[in-house]
Amino acid sequence: MSDEMDGLFDRFAGLLADEIPCALATVVDGPGVGQKLLVRRTHRDGHEVDGTLGDDDLDRVVTRDALGELSAGRSGVRHYGERGEARENAVSVFIESFAAPPRMLVFGAVDFTAALVRVAKVLGYRITVCDAREVFATRQRFPLADEVVVDWPDRLLAQVGPDLRRRDAVCVLTHDVKFDVPAIVGALATAVGYIGVMGSRRTHADRLGRLREAGVTDEAIARLRSPIGLDIGARTPEETAISIVSEIIALRTGRSAQALSTTDGPIHD
Amino acid sequence: MALARVVDLEGSGPRLPGAAMAVAEDGEVAGSVSGGCVEGAVVVEALEVLATGERRMVAFGYSDDEAFAVGLTCGGTIHLFLEPLDW
Repeated sequence: MSDEMDGLFDRFAGLLADEIPCALATVVDGPGVGQKLLVRRTHRDGHEVDGTLGDDDLDRVVTRDALGELSAGRSGVRHYGERGEARENAVSVFIESFAAPPRMLVFGAVDFTAALVRVAKVLGYRITVCDAREVFATRQRFPLADEVVVDWPDRLLAQVGPDLRRRDAVCVLTHDVKFDVPAIVGALATAVGYIGVMGSRRTHADRLGRLREAGVTDEAIARLRSPIGLDIGARTPEETAISIVSEIIALRTGRSAQALSTTDGPIHD
Repeated sequence: MALARVVDLEGSGPRLPGAAMAVAEDGEVAGSVSGGCVEGAVVVEALEVLATGERRMVAFGYSDDEAFAVGLTCGGTIHLFLEPLDW
């Protein structure tokens, strides 16, 4: 191993501990097998590189590809020439992305929220619970949440909304039109992939009317998962939480959410 | 300590690239690379990597003619990269 790799694992572990997104590229076949490059973004256009794959040109090309893979949250093997040439096979490099965890915003500090926080934490979400009522939005009630914010949904969304992406989720569990209409309108203004809204069919019908009054288009309304969750007959907060995260997964993968025993075809894509 | 990582997957497989397993010299194991199908064989490979200090790629797939050989029962092939944690 070259000197540049001394202590690389410790620096890599440090980034992971601090939840700093990074990509680790390792030569898995070809000259310099085992050589590594650790790449991370420093600000919008900048990046920092640690280690080497053994050739400056190869380092440059792999750095570019690793930043791309990191943005997409993908990991996989890529092939290059010894100096990073495209369409050559001399060197195989495994690029592993360690992206920031997906975010979940939960509006409404109710018992369903507590169960959803527990279940979503298992899936690795970074979770923010938001409610304008100070007595309910407490750390004690949601010990696993990464953040508990006492504020109005539209104000929180104005702040964090621009960072939300397809893999993130917004769950509106407030049951109160004062909160849920601004939360939904705010969430629809973002690129978030999942917007689920809790309520009975009657609440849902009533809410649609209020959203249309607020100027929300049918196209935007079609993005909503309301009533929230898959039809698994969930009754308790915990069961409801499972039905919500199952819907989030099925929406992301585009799968039918049928029992596998009643379908055929591949189980994973 | 040796590190085994799934780097590539063909067809159906239980774990995605990035799944990893660490094996200590005394055989202690953390993590996993499949649904339990190949972990035993990976420990053997990892101990060899520790003994020789040499990195290697190992593939596990399903083979009809060797029904009792180590492999994935789901029909896919996983490619693992094994290396000592010397970096």
